[in-house]
Amino acid sequence: MPDAPGFLAHREDDLVGVAVRDLDPGPVSGAYLSGPVTLSVQLNEAIPLGHKLALADITTGQEVIEYGQRVGIATKDIHKGGHVHVHNVRSARL
Amino acid sequence: MKQRTLTGFRRENGAVGIRNHTVILPVDDLSNAAAEAVAKLVPGTLALPHAYGRLQFGADLDLTFRTLAGNAANPNVASAVVIGIEPNWTERLVADIAKSGKRVQGFSIERHGDLRTIESAARVAAQFLQDDSERTREPIERSEIMLSIKCGESDTTSGLGSCPTTAQTVDRWIEAGGTVLFGETSELTGGEHLIAGRCVNDAVRQKFQGIFDSYQEMIGRAGADLLGSQPTQGNIRGGLSTIEEKAMGNIAKTGTKPVIGALEAAEVPASGPGLYFMDTSSAAAECVTLMAAAGATLHLFPTGQGNVIGHPVEPVVKLTANPLTARTMSEHIDLDCSGLLARDYDLTEAGDRLTDICDRVINGRLTCAEAIGHKEFVLTRLYQSA
Repeated sequence: MPDAPGFLAHREDDLVGVAVRDLDPGPVSGAYLSGPVTLSVQLNEAIPLGHKLALADITTGQEVIEYGQRVGIATKDIHKGGHVHVHNVRSARL
Repeated sequence: MKQRTLTGFRRENGAVGIRNHTVILPVDDLSNAAAEAVAKLVPGTLALPHAYGRLQFGADLDLTFRTLAGNAANPNVASAVVIGIEPNWTERLVADIAKSGKRVQGFSIERHGDLRTIESAARVAAQFLQDDSERTREPIERSEIMLSIKCGESDTTSGLGSCPTTAQTVDRWIEAGGTVLFGETSELTGGEHLIAGRCVNDAVRQKFQGIFDSYQEMIGRAGADLLGSQPTQGNIRGGLSTIEEKAMGNIAKTGTKPVIGALEAAEVPASGPGLYFMDTSSAAAECVTLMAAAGATLHLFPTGQGNVIGHPVEPVVKLTANPLTARTMSEHIDLDCSGLLARDYDLTEAGDRLTDICDRVINGRLTCAEAIGHKEFVLTRLYQSA
């Protein structure tokens, strides 16, 4: 499908999207769950299927929002388009 | 969507099952050999070997007996032969199962030995099996099938695809007047406020919160770092970063209905139809075994990286939205809903597809796990034996 999004995000205020296929560095389009393909992000690095990418710049200590909820705290600055995972996010429940 | 007539086996107490097993249930670890020997002599019966049942006490003993009796009393079971080392424990379990109105007979090994016990039990098992083979399916209502849900080997595709698909079916089940159980106390961590907010009244909310808090205290007392095992290595490989993120995906499968009850492990829901929380481990086989003990007859299991679980008493329907898992583990996946992420269809259609698979399994289609022989029957222990 030509307009199939490369990533999906749950809610409009989410700071991360999820790759729905293996994504190479470069431009990629995305969408909110049931919405049209309206998002566009320049990937700095490859994002494997199921892994998260930043939809905006995230600074150290900032809450990472997914599902419209806090799912963790950034432990490093993450640029828009960067891979968001255990190397730069921790649980807020420590 | 095609509407199928649903059929099932109506039991003596009115409950409806979707399978018709004659089970051979050992009371304890020592009786596994005899139970399995009976099942070999009488092919077509189902042995339920397990690792425990000796020198347990208090709440842990009660849970083991509630779990064993509940699984034998499950409507998917037609009749039960019980084998234990001692007569008193055997008869206690027989009496608990008999409350369901089901045909059940016990045998104890002391003063007989394995071989004589096996012969006596096999003669009764053969009779039960023949009689059970004459029980027939009849038309039933969706509301008569108690559903349970639990996900495993989750990844981010669970929260995006397989769990929301499950939620579609869960909501439809409850709208049809059915009952659905969810659990996984540990995997609500970080999202427990969302479940508390859906509890139907303060009493249910307090019960839920009490169960959740006592779980957290137990983790604290054990001096454990929960974050070492949650998320699991499989979860992390699949892209999940934190326990909160995992909880959001987990909760996504519970749908949108109010939570009308908070149950202890293996407790039978008794507040009428609706969505119930049950205090369970998040380990797949323990959770399904506890839910089967409460009377659930069909389990929905969304998976990301590919959990392979099945259960001897309660059929497990597995679904995944992860295209890699669907492709590489197809013998385990009853519904591939990865098309949802590729946008081949929408969530409503994914829900239609899952409900249709459920209906076929209710009517007798074997699940992937049944076809390839996955029968994980696992007891939850609260503490060590005496």
